Amino acid sequence: MKTMQQIEAEVYRAMFRIRRFEETVLDNFPKGVFFGTTHTYLGQEANAVGVLHHLNQDEVVFSNHRCHGHFLAYGGDARALFAELMGKASGVCGGRGGSQHLHWRNFYSNGVQGGIVPIAVGAALAEKRKGARAATVAFLGDGTLGEGVVYEALNLAALWQAPILFVVENNHIAQTTPVELALAGGISARFAAFDIPARELDTSDVMEILPAAGALLEQVRTQSAPRALILHTWRFGPHSKGDDTRPAETIARLRQSRDPLTLHAARLSPAEKEAIEAQVEDEIQRAYQQALADPYSSIADL
Amino acid sequence: MPTVLDSLNTALRQALTQDERVLILGEDLLDPYGGAFKVTRGLSDAFPGRVLTTPISEAGFTGLAIGMALRGLRPVVEIMFGDFLTLAADQIINHAAKFRWMYNGNKPETERVSLPLVIRTPMGGRRGYGPTHSQTLEKHFLGTPGLVVLAPCALGDPGQLLLDAILFTNDPLLFVENKLLYLAQVQDITQSDDFEFRIHNDRTDAEPGFAAPTYLCRVRGAPPPTLTLTAYGYMAELAQQAQRRLAYEHEVFVELVVPTGLSPCRMHPLLASIERTGRLLAVEEGTRNLGWGAEILARSAEALGAHLKRARRLAAHDLPIPASGPLEAHVLPSVENIIQCCLEMTQSD
Repeated sequence: MKTMQQIEAEVYRAMFRIRRFEETVLDNFPKGVFFGTTHTYLGQEANAVGVLHHLNQDEVVFSNHRCHGHFLAYGGDARALFAELMGKASGVCGGRGGSQHLHWRNFYSNGVQGGIVPIAVGAALAEKRKGARAATVAFLGDGTLGEGVVYEALNLAALWQAPILFVVENNHIAQTTPVELALAGGISARFAAFDIPARELDTSDVMEILPAAGALLEQVRTQSAPRALILHTWRFGPHSKGDDTRPAETIARLRQSRDPLTLHAARLSPAEKEAIEAQVEDEIQRAYQQALADPYSSIADL
Repeated sequence: MPTVLDSLNTALRQALTQDERVLILGEDLLDPYGGAFKVTRGLSDAFPGRVLTTPISEAGFTGLAIGMALRGLRPVVEIMFGDFLTLAADQIINHAAKFRWMYNGNKPETERVSLPLVIRTPMGGRRGYGPTHSQTLEKHFLGTPGLVVLAPCALGDPGQLLLDAILFTNDPLLFVENKLLYLAQVQDITQSDDFEFRIHNDRTDAEPGFAAPTYLCRVRGAPPPTLTLTAYGYMAELAQQAQRRLAYEHEVFVELVVPTGLSPCRMHPLLASIERTGRLLAVEEGTRNLGWGAEILARSAEALGAHLKRARRLAAHDLPIPASGPLEAHVLPSVENIIQCCLEMTQSD
């Protein structure tokens, strides 16, 4: 059994790792070392870490275009992820997928909004049919709730009692569209419509998300049934790059009041915090340099 | 002799028996109804829990099946009418067809994903069902990288093709059936008074045990053919009727080449035939513009150059399909159309 102090240190490390990875990506993008674009997870670290901290090895995760935080919290390798964005042979998928299209072990992401939701339900049902007590987690955003296939998936999940946890990260904006312009009705009401019990939190405190997610995942496993966790959260960075339409003051305020790292760091001793940050910084920079030096994928591998 | 429907029903039964990972999903599949076209009749009773009836959610349950396939099951999805394939298009094209290639880079064999999903659906008109229940839409899915497309015919063993697809392929696969083909009797190609057949088996190294055969058919006792006729699925039935009448009524002898593998497109037996005849007529029930025939002609021209002396396509008019009988019959290619085309192509030289 881990102590609370150990858990607090672990989740800080996991969140800081995501933060430094994403910042490293954004800082270096202008150098032209990465292909395409990327969708960073700054400000939302507590969500991925709070949920995936509870995941067992045989459990399954489906993510979306904004997948780096989920991937790293799942246990994904930082060098392999840098390399994937750089199009290198050592990338998670050998450079074939890039930022949005990752697969490693039981982790899958795809870049078409909502498309992975019915697939995640199917994966959960497969695990159920195999007699496994393995939960599946599917990450959605507020924007994702515009896609019709999501509702087909919720209906099927409830009808057939899929052991799946839907995690909706409402960061209040979908690309440049505020949620008020895209969403009619409430988010929890959508799950209630299908009789899927949902829990709702408006927090960036990982220590609130952690037990809530843990309890829901346990219900998913023991009752072999769907559940939802709605997390009201905030994104500090742009949708991808250069496309943040929100005023600078808004973002400054968010960084002040809703930074999961700041909120949680207060629980650690300064020495512990410093030690963790130094180790993570070392890991991330080393991973970045290694990926930079790795060769590109070969056409022969196509 | 069994019908194509019987053959497919038997194949599904065998698949469910031979591999416990196989399950079937789709609308209205449960017994006693057994599916809109009865292809799954008897199965939900015989295999409790293995045949799942779904809500009207083609995208949703296709996605569901993709997830099941990723996690080790071998699902078979039925889309009730081929026209409704459009509803599942994103799942098929942007998810199922991409996962193996996209995800399997830099992975050892044991960590790669496979996607053993079969999507079956009946295409086809001539039943007066109107514009959204009569189409032949597979042309929009042909050429999607990562997606296999097969079409059974009434020659050989259509059920075996489906069984092989379900048990042995690990890529997502679209199995294109046809409403009128269901009722056609399976022809025993080893015993025919009027025709002689050859089979070209298309085994690929990637999927051992699986073959998408091409059937070559000639009128028994006929002189060497002067035109190569190619068609698949139900149109192969009409093409064969035209072939017989061309021989007996007009003394024009054509060789019929019937592929069951539409995508990837393998041309070998067809090219060999065209090298002999110099003339190619590709017939399909889909619309003419930018269809299957266009690809067949392009590939033939690329491979054969001047050996290909005349080439045409026969297909549905580029219109939605009318519900009224006489109008529908005009829009869709007929035996008469095929005969007329072959005569035109062989008479002028």
